[in-house]
Amino acid sequence: MKSSLIAANRGALIAESALIRTVIVLVGVAFLALFLFMPLVLVFAQALSSGLGAYFAALIEPDAWAALKLTLLVAVISVPLNLIFGLAAAWAIAKFSFPGKSLLITLIDLPFSVSPVIAGLIYVLLFGSRGWLGPWLSAHNIEIVFAIPGIVLATIFVTLPFVARELIPLMEQQGTTDEEAARTLGAGGLKIFFRVTLPNVKWGLLYGVLLCNARAMGEFGAVSVVSGHIRGVTNTMPLHVEILYNEYNFAAAFAVASLLAILALLTLVLKTWLESQGAGNGSNKH
Amino acid sequence: MKIDIRNLHKDYNGSGVPALNGVNLTIEHGELVALLGPSGSGKTTLLRSIAGLESPTSGAILFDGQDALHQDVRDRNVGFVFQHYALFRHMTVLDNVGFGLSVRPRNRRPAASEIDRRARELLALVQLDGLEGRYPSQLSGGQRQRVALARALAIEPSVLLLDEPFGALDAKVRKDLRAWLRDLHDRTGHTTVFVTHDQEEALELADRVAIVNRGQIEQIAPPLALYRSPATPFVYEFLGSVNVLPVDVRDGKAFLDGCPVPLADAAQGTDAGAYRMYVRPHDLRLSEQRTPGSGALGVLQNVRLSGGLVRLDLKLDLIARPIEVELPVSDPRWSDWKKGDKLAIAADRFHLFPQAA
Repeated sequence: MKSSLIAANRGALIAESALIRTVIVLVGVAFLALFLFMPLVLVFAQALSSGLGAYFAALIEPDAWAALKLTLLVAVISVPLNLIFGLAAAWAIAKFSFPGKSLLITLIDLPFSVSPVIAGLIYVLLFGSRGWLGPWLSAHNIEIVFAIPGIVLATIFVTLPFVARELIPLMEQQGTTDEEAARTLGAGGLKIFFRVTLPNVKWGLLYGVLLCNARAMGEFGAVSVVSGHIRGVTNTMPLHVEILYNEYNFAAAFAVASLLAILALLTLVLKTWLESQGAGNGSNKH
Repeated sequence: MKIDIRNLHKDYNGSGVPALNGVNLTIEHGELVALLGPSGSGKTTLLRSIAGLESPTSGAILFDGQDALHQDVRDRNVGFVFQHYALFRHMTVLDNVGFGLSVRPRNRRPAASEIDRRARELLALVQLDGLEGRYPSQLSGGQRQRVALARALAIEPSVLLLDEPFGALDAKVRKDLRAWLRDLHDRTGHTTVFVTHDQEEALELADRVAIVNRGQIEQIAPPLALYRSPATPFVYEFLGSVNVLPVDVRDGKAFLDGCPVPLADAAQGTDAGAYRMYVRPHDLRLSEQRTPGSGALGVLQNVRLSGGLVRLDLKLDLIARPIEVELPVSDPRWSDWKKGDKLAIAADRFHLFPQAA
């Protein structure tokens, strides 16, 4: 009864005619289909164009396999580091006031505002053979640029803001009274952090980690500059896709690309789930 | 536990106005004291300083004669109830109440079953048995308030501090909880300090009320004494309504608009000069005839009936705002009085403060 009333009201509130409404909806759907859905389908269609056998062959081919492992390795190193950094930075910014706080906030945003290519170039200028630290590094046999450490560094730089950016507004909004309450009840710093602060931002943290991971695995620009494109050694998956594509090996290129697409879809599903969890948690606020 | 606060100062950087400006206050063991004042008066800063959540710039806080100022919050053993309760939203009611015991160092921490038992006992004390498994979001405001109280009591605090304990509740719940808190205090006997801006709440609930203004205690006294004999103009104006009349004192007599007003014995020795007379509306007397010594003349402007009282507004020549007089409805004379009537004004109880203050 009530819901039908609301539905009737809603009908009355929409003034446009049925025709206009249909056209607007169709335009929206067509746009989504053309720019989002079709490319995604195309990735899989192209990947499977030479048959399932060729698809899996392209994936277990040694260079592709090496690229996959390197991508996972980079993510496994950079995501936890950014989790720790993001959590620490957000905690400091949201719960304390100190000189240089706004500078820190600006610095955290830097990777968002700088082109990833520039980020990569900075590392080349710093650690490359002709860079500032190049002579010292080569004298000590330390390889950074055109090697795995460079790729990890570039990825950490590019993905640095995700966790912190997610947590700062959440923590600021929650304020510090929960922590103060825990202190009056006798809890020490670590217990407050692990039993009060962290559970309060749990869903936001997971959300930030998820986005951070998606970017770490998908990053192209910065990694491309520092990697040196050595097949089977310093190629991550996005770089490997580019190489295969430039070699007109479309089926293989799309096969590897389909893995990245699956990662993106998984990320979206998890993100939606986390958002619903976070919203449920949000309604617990008093 | 007895709390001594001596000459407590707290500066806030930037604003230039100190939050606490020399607070002296002694709270006796088992006492229930209200800190009452307008917003921004420093009452919450004072409460948070007692708890250790603020660090004063100078001064001393003693718990039973022992220095508490240099103790960490964790070691002061205070139960603090926050204005918006600050319950841990991801924990059940039972876990919230047991939190203080469960974070104790291992050697002082009771067994899990003992924590559970104590938490349930406290929930029974605050009449919330049966809600152990709920989350804070599933409780009403009054229930949250009581969970916060049980959580604070769980650590067996030597003093209980409450910041605007009823501020976030609606009027009906507030009244119930007020009576209930008084009862709980009488049963448990905790030294209790609470902050409020609601004078009715403070006067009804507290053994003594401290009036806080501009970072200082203006006066601390039992509710009735506070209302009867306010020590400063601020307390007079903050508690209830008051008329302020300019008077001259000479030869041991006060003159209002040239007419003498009899002074109480205590005021006989008052030095000559200009004073402001503070007098409550119900302490003013009106009479129709201007007999010698009966007082200044006022012109009746308005008669309003309000509950069991009649409120009359009278205009005096020498002050711009009309003064307010309250009579009981049972006084037979007021129904004959009309607008424009001239009435003589005299005061039964009043207080003189120097003009300059």
